[in-house]
Amino acid sequence: MTWLDILILLVRCLVLALASATLFAYFTLFERRLLAKFQHRIGPNRAGYIPLPGGKKLFGGWLQPAADAVKLFLKEDVVPAMADKWVYIMAPGFAVVPALIIWVAIPLGTWPDGMGGNWLHYAPIDVGVLYLLAVTSIGVYGIAIAGWASNNKYSMIGGVRASAQVISYELALGFAILAVVMQNSTFRTEEIVTSQGLIWNIIPQFLGFIIFLIASTAEVVRSPFDLVEAEQELVGGYNTEYGSMKFALFFMSEYIKLIAMNAIAVTLFLGGGNFPGIDTLVAAIKTSNGDTIAYAVQGALTLGAFLLKTTALSFLSVWVRASVPRVRYDQLMHLGWKVLLPLGLFNVVMTAVFGVLFPADSLIAKIIMCVVGVIVVVIVSATATPKHAKRGVTLVNPSAGN
Amino acid sequence: MLDAYVPLLAMVGIAVFIAVFVLSVSRILGPQKATVRKLAPYESGMEPIGDAMARFPIKFNLVAMLFILFDVEVIFFFPYALVYRQLGIPGLIEMGSFVLVLLVGLTYVWKKGALTWD
Amino acid sequence: MDLLLFGIPALVAIVGAIAMLLSRNAVHSALYLLLNFAAISVLYLLLQAPFLFATQLIIYAGAIIVLFLFVVMLLGAERDEQTPHANPWQNRGAIVGGVLLLVELALLYVNNPGTIPIAANLDDGFAAPTEIAKALFTTHLLPFEIASFVLLTALIGVVVLHQRRS
Repeated sequence: MTWLDILILLVRCLVLALASATLFAYFTLFERRLLAKFQHRIGPNRAGYIPLPGGKKLFGGWLQPAADAVKLFLKEDVVPAMADKWVYIMAPGFAVVPALIIWVAIPLGTWPDGMGGNWLHYAPIDVGVLYLLAVTSIGVYGIAIAGWASNNKYSMIGGVRASAQVISYELALGFAILAVVMQNSTFRTEEIVTSQGLIWNIIPQFLGFIIFLIASTAEVVRSPFDLVEAEQELVGGYNTEYGSMKFALFFMSEYIKLIAMNAIAVTLFLGGGNFPGIDTLVAAIKTSNGDTIAYAVQGALTLGAFLLKTTALSFLSVWVRASVPRVRYDQLMHLGWKVLLPLGLFNVVMTAVFGVLFPADSLIAKIIMCVVGVIVVVIVSATATPKHAKRGVTLVNPSAGN
Repeated sequence: MLDAYVPLLAMVGIAVFIAVFVLSVSRILGPQKATVRKLAPYESGMEPIGDAMARFPIKFNLVAMLFILFDVEVIFFFPYALVYRQLGIPGLIEMGSFVLVLLVGLTYVWKKGALTWD
Repeated sequence: MDLLLFGIPALVAIVGAIAMLLSRNAVHSALYLLLNFAAISVLYLLLQAPFLFATQLIIYAGAIIVLFLFVVMLLGAERDEQTPHANPWQNRGAIVGGVLLLVELALLYVNNPGTIPIAANLDDGFAAPTEIAKALFTTHLLPFEIASFVLLTALIGVVVLHQRRS
C-alpha cells in the first residue's frame, strides 16, 4: 500500500462522512416538511427559495439546514460548572463516532473497481454483520456518559433510561439479524445482498423484518420510543445541559444512526442495491461500451436503488413519528422483553427448522415462512397489548406509598 | 485478510477528526461570556437541590444483568447460523437443547416478574 | 510494520489498564477499561481472529462496561473517592501477587524455550468464523451445552439476588 493509496482512502472516508452529514442535514428538512404536511402546517419554507414569476416560490427551505448549522456554530459553548469537564466534552464525540463508522460495513451499491474491489463498499470484512451489531451496542456510551457527566438530574435520569432501553432492544435486534444470517449462511454483508437476488429477505424473514424495524427504532431512541427526551417530564433528557455544536453532534448522531439503521434494514431485508432490470441493463452496456462505463452505470444505478429504498424506510420513520403516541416506560420494557425477545427467538427457531428441512433456495420454504410470519405478526399485534390500568389504580390508592 | 479492515481504521480516524474539529471550531466561533447562573445545572429555573448522583431503582441493574446473559446466548447462536445447514438434524437437536435451557431460564425470569416494570 | 501494528494497541491496552487502576473516579475507570477492551479487540484482529474481535466488542465493550457504568451510576459510587483503604495490607499484598505472577511467567518462558514462536505459527484461516463454528458444534459440543447451564444458573442467581425481601 503506497502513500497514494492511503491518501485516496482518507479522501474516500472523508467523502463518506460528509455525505452522511449532508444526508442528516437534508433528512431534518425532509422530516420537518413532512411532519408539517401531516399536521396541515407549511414547515420551513423561507430560507433559500427560488422566486418564480407570478409570486410562486420554488424549493422553499432548501437552505434551512445550512442556516441551522451556522446558528449552532455561533452559539456560546458552555461547560456547566458542576459537570465533569472532560467527560462532558468527550460525550458528543462518543456519540458521533459510532454513527459515522457504522457505514463502512454497509454495501451502498456495486461499483466494481476492476481489481476485485467495490468503490461503494468500504470495508468488506468477514464479520460484517457482527461489526454492525458491535457498533450499535457501542452507540449507547455517548448517551450514558452525557447523562452522567452533566451532573443534572434530568440528564441523569434520561441517560439511565436510555441505556436501559437501548440494551433491552439490542437483544431483539440481535435475534432479527441472526435470522438473516441463518437465511443466507454468511456474516458478509455483500454476500447477504447478492444471495437475496430477486426474492428479498423480507419474504422469508417477514417476522424478522418487523422485529428489526421496531427494535431499530427503539435502539436509536426515536419516537414513539423517545422517552429519553420526553420533554414534559425530562426537559431535554440526557442532552439538557448541552448547547451549541455539542448538542448538534448528539442530534446528528441520532439521525445518522436512524438513517444507518434504515440502510441496514435495506441491506439485510430489502436486497440492498438490487433492483429488477439493473443486471440486464449493465450487461447490455458492457457489450456495447466496455467495462469502465458499465461499472460506473452499475454503481450509479445500485446506489440509486439503495438510496431509494432507504428513503422509503425513512419516510416510514417520519410517518410513524407523526402518528404514533409515545409509549410509557413499562410498555416499552414489556414490548422489548416479553414480545420482541420471544418473537425473535421463535423466528430463529423457525428459520433453523426450515433451513435444515428444505434446501437453501427453496421457494416453498420461503413462502411458508412468509405466511407464518404474517399470521404471527397479526395475532401478536392484536393480542399483546400490556395489561395497563394497574398503574393508574396504585397512583390513586394512597396506601400504596410509592 | 486484514486489508479489509484498513478502511475501517481510516474511518475511525476521520470520525474522531470530525468530532474534534467540530467541537473546537464551535469553541472558537462562539462567544465566551460565562456567568454563575449560566453555568448552574438547569432545574426548571430553581436553585439546584442536592447532587444529581442520586440512587436509582435496582430494576435498572437487573435489566443490565439480564441483558449480558441473553447477549452471550445470542452470540452463541451466531456461529451456529453459519454451519447449521451442514450440521443438519443433529445440529438442530444440539441447538434445540441449548434453546430449551434458554427457554427454561426465560420462563423462570418471566414468572418471577423480573421482566415486569412497575 | 508488524511490530508497530502490534505495539500501538498493546501500548494503548497497557496505558488504559494502568489508568483504570490509578483513576480515583469510578466512571473514569470504567471508560479507561473500555479503552483497554477496544485495544484488546484490535489485538484479536491482528491474531487473525475476527470473530473474537467482534465478540470482544459486543460482549465486553457493549455489554459488560454498560453494566459497570450502570452500577457506578446507580449507586452513586463514584462519590466514595476519599474512602481510605479498608485494609492496610491490600496494597502490599497486591504488589507481592503481581511480582509473583511476573516471576512465574518468566520461569515458564525460561523453562519452555520456543513456546512463543510456535504459538505464533498457525494456519491462516484457523480462527475464521466457520472454523470456530465447526469446532464448537463438533469437538467442543459438551462445553457448549454446559455453557447453557452456566448461563441458566447465572439467570436464576440474578433474579434471586435482585428480589425484594418482604
